[in-house]
Amino acid sequence: MAMFVWIVLALLTGAAVFAVLLPLSRQAPAASAPGETATDAAFYRTQLAEIERDAERGLIDPADAETARVEAARRLLGAARRDKATEHAGGGASLRRRRVAALLALVGIPLLSLPLYLRLGQPDMPSMPLSARVDRARDPGQIDLQEAMARIEAHLAQKPDDGQGHEVIAPVYMNAGRYDDAARAWSNAIRILGETPRRLENYGEALVASNNGIVSADARQAFDSALKIDPATVKARFYRALASEQEGDAQAAIAAYRALASQAPAGSALAATLNARLASLGAPPADTADSPAGAIAAMPEGERMAAIRGMVENLSARLAQDGSDVEGWIRLVRSYAVLGEPDKARDALARGRAALSGDEAGRGRLDSLGRELNIGGS
Amino acid sequence: MIVEAGHYALVLAFALSLVLAVVPMWGAAARDPALMAVARPAAFAMLVMVALSYGALTWAYVGSDFSVMNVVQNSHSMKPLAYKISGVWANHEGSMLLWVLILALFAGLVAARGGRMPARLLSNVLAVQGAVAAAFLLFILTTSNPFARVAPAPFEGDGLNPILQDPGLAIHPPLLYLGYVGFSIAFSFAVGALIEGRIDAVWARFVRPWTLTAWCFLTLGIAMGSYWAYYELGWGGWWFWDPVENASLMPWLAGTALLHSTVVMEKRDALKVWTMLLSILAFSLSLIGTFLVRSGVLTSVHSFASDPARGVFILAILVVFIGGALTLFAWRAPVLRQGGVFAPVSREGALVLNNLLLATACATVFVGTLYPLALEAVTGWWSPDNPSKISVGAPFFNATFLPLAFPLMLAIPFGQSLAWKRGDLLGVAQRLAFAIAVGVVVAIVILALTVGGPVLAPVGVGLGVYLILGSATEIATRAWRRGAGLGVMLRRAAGLPRSAWGTALSHAGVGVTVIGIAATAWGVESIVTLQPGQSTRLGDYTVTLEAVTPRNGPDYRETVARLRVTRDGQSLGVLEPGKRVMVGRSMPTSEAGLMTLGLGQVYASVGEIEPNAAGLRLYWKPMVLLIWLGAVVMALGGGLSLLDRRARIGAPAPARAAVPAPAE
Repeated sequence: MAMFVWIVLALLTGAAVFAVLLPLSRQAPAASAPGETATDAAFYRTQLAEIERDAERGLIDPADAETARVEAARRLLGAARRDKATEHAGGGASLRRRRVAALLALVGIPLLSLPLYLRLGQPDMPSMPLSARVDRARDPGQIDLQEAMARIEAHLAQKPDDGQGHEVIAPVYMNAGRYDDAARAWSNAIRILGETPRRLENYGEALVASNNGIVSADARQAFDSALKIDPATVKARFYRALASEQEGDAQAAIAAYRALASQAPAGSALAATLNARLASLGAPPADTADSPAGAIAAMPEGERMAAIRGMVENLSARLAQDGSDVEGWIRLVRSYAVLGEPDKARDALARGRAALSGDEAGRGRLDSLGRELNIGGS
Repeated sequence: MIVEAGHYALVLAFALSLVLAVVPMWGAAARDPALMAVARPAAFAMLVMVALSYGALTWAYVGSDFSVMNVVQNSHSMKPLAYKISGVWANHEGSMLLWVLILALFAGLVAARGGRMPARLLSNVLAVQGAVAAAFLLFILTTSNPFARVAPAPFEGDGLNPILQDPGLAIHPPLLYLGYVGFSIAFSFAVGALIEGRIDAVWARFVRPWTLTAWCFLTLGIAMGSYWAYYELGWGGWWFWDPVENASLMPWLAGTALLHSTVVMEKRDALKVWTMLLSILAFSLSLIGTFLVRSGVLTSVHSFASDPARGVFILAILVVFIGGALTLFAWRAPVLRQGGVFAPVSREGALVLNNLLLATACATVFVGTLYPLALEAVTGWWSPDNPSKISVGAPFFNATFLPLAFPLMLAIPFGQSLAWKRGDLLGVAQRLAFAIAVGVVVAIVILALTVGGPVLAPVGVGLGVYLILGSATEIATRAWRRGAGLGVMLRRAAGLPRSAWGTALSHAGVGVTVIGIAATAWGVESIVTLQPGQSTRLGDYTVTLEAVTPRNGPDYRETVARLRVTRDGQSLGVLEPGKRVMVGRSMPTSEAGLMTLGLGQVYASVGEIEPNAAGLRLYWKPMVLLIWLGAVVMALGGGLSLLDRRARIGAPAPARAAVPAPAE
């Protein structure tokens, strides 16, 4: 392939040089071409002929035709005189000049083009039409996120009413920082598939993100709708509280944050966020939920590790009996990895893959988790 | 591979353009036929290389090769095929490549048809064309390379600016460029002839078809651009005296003047100096237009200064070519001997008047376009924090351009009826009496019917009618013969040279456009906010908002206002103006809704859309289509004239019926 490029470039160069050399190599090309004064004379002769024809057809009256004839004839004579004067004035063909010109083409063209091209171009870089790249990417191991996005986008452009598609791509947009697109995808999903608290709150969140963190009226409406369906919707509650804060109602915001925090697991990202919001409002950190996670967090170091291990073993045992829970397998693999036991993680991954033999999508997720954790899934 | 081959072909085209610029000119100076013979093959080879390069870029666009930066920035895999192809020239780099492709195309055409031209003139013309091409190829390669690559290649492009995704704009640039760049041939002819020092009727004979070709395309290009702005920008106007528009109008005015002065030069060997100057100016103004549009000075002088590489390069091209050509002109002009003499009242005299008025109009536009830029640049240099910004708009041009255009139009029918050398003004006036009378009567009748309405509009319509009838009169008088039957006259009319028909048609086209422009004064405008179900009056029509609905297109979503147009309770149809958002863009564009009723149009565009109402801008534009139709007629006239293969002769005006002509 790389060789082929150079052959093509060489052929092009050859063609360019040839186009200049060919006329130079012809013997006495002037003989065949009409001399310039010959053309001049011919031009005025045509004029004279036209005058005769027009006079015959009555398009010019005879007196005017005579004037025109005299004028054209005068110019014809002038052209003929110029002909004599200049015929022998010039140098004519010269072998030396021809050689210089030929050298210019033969050496000058490649000497100019090749270095210039090598500076500007990238001869080793193949063309990459999209269809060829997509074909190559059909191999599932090769799919990257961007490409998956491109494919879903292409699909949605053709079938804009595929709500599932919008729902799948929306979080991807969100992660990629394309908040406008995320908001649009969520709104399409809601329009086509109907309102659910999850769609509504995510739609609202995307709007907030695209609006630089300000909770707009649209976003608020989305959160309110979500809360109307399910008052426990966490994100919606959080952003409603944020809206109160942005509106200057600090008391309402603090109360709402506290209420949320009471249900948030200690040490979770949500709890951290809530405490940060509270701190910024000058309020003390909130108590987090009395959940198992909260309780474990409160234990001394050694006991905590034991408790966690116990929970992990429980999960492992449960999955050994019923292996169809993809989320469970993912949590298990992750837990082992976090606990610093890559062998067990790898083992769990393998068991999970075996247990999920009928579930392509689930196995795919496990594989990608394996790659993410760098414990080699497949 | 194809992309890189295209890139290399572009580099080779640059090398060939240098050979073309040097070897034939050297040959012409030394009168060496072998070197002069290089001109034609080198011009062909340059055309082939640029075409290969352009083809490779198009291939990259069609196949969505996102390893090419230019494709990433300006295309999108979901774009319809037609817009992938037009996307090639809808951006800076690609449009410059199209510019050079057309430049090379004209060089190739001159080379192909140059067999009958004087060899030295042909060599010099092609050499100058080669030099212009070399400058622009170097510009593309160093500052605007469309073949720059990206690694790793993204999987999707940034899409085309939605405003540019439109059939009107897809055809507009190629037409405009065919016009702009077409004048490069006149320029090359002028410079080539000045270098050689021989300027005569033969020169005019050979340059005329090229000027005419360029003029036709430029006319169509401007009309297309104007129509595009009319329906896409949503302001309802058709000409805004915007610098970008002026940039295309200036070469058109100079080119129109050139077209007419070349006729004088060809037939009478006169106006040589002036014609040379116009040839140089027409292309110089094209170059200045390119500079204005491409360098970014128009958005602001400041933005030009912040990324000056491109602007400075084009400026250098301007200085070298315009300055060089004018210097050459100043050096050679004194040796140009004038040819035939003529009386002030004659075809020549009328064409001189035409030239004076057109050149002054062109200068007016030039000042109105460049003065604000110059002022901002100078005062910005004087006090960087507080540059003076003024904007010169329609009032200036209406006050300066129209008073020049008016006498020009009055003179058109006279000009085409006067005889060469020594004309009979009174006789011409007699022959035009009918056209004059009808024009005046039309104006008065309309004025009486629309008492209290605009005054200039009836005058404009009268002028247009006079122009059309004046052109018809010219054909009729040339065909008329005492005692001849209608059949004979028709046969005589058909036997008239095509150029006579072309002239008449083009001038009638001016009349058509004038009527269209005049009629805009009777337009009705209404800016309303309607709720679904509500109606508003618009002249004789009633517009009802039926619904505001969202809609999906292949790569855009839009909100459409369904408007029903009725007249006297009779439904005439539905308009669907909308606001459109392309996939991957957030800026909405407005799509005007147009309904053609006779020669007029109902025009609707959507402004603010509220939950239960739509802000609408509605216009009734009577006879508005005539504006562009007239331009098409003008271009057709030019085309007809181009088809006249007869060598034009320096003959006086055709025989009049009073003089007995020999039997046919």
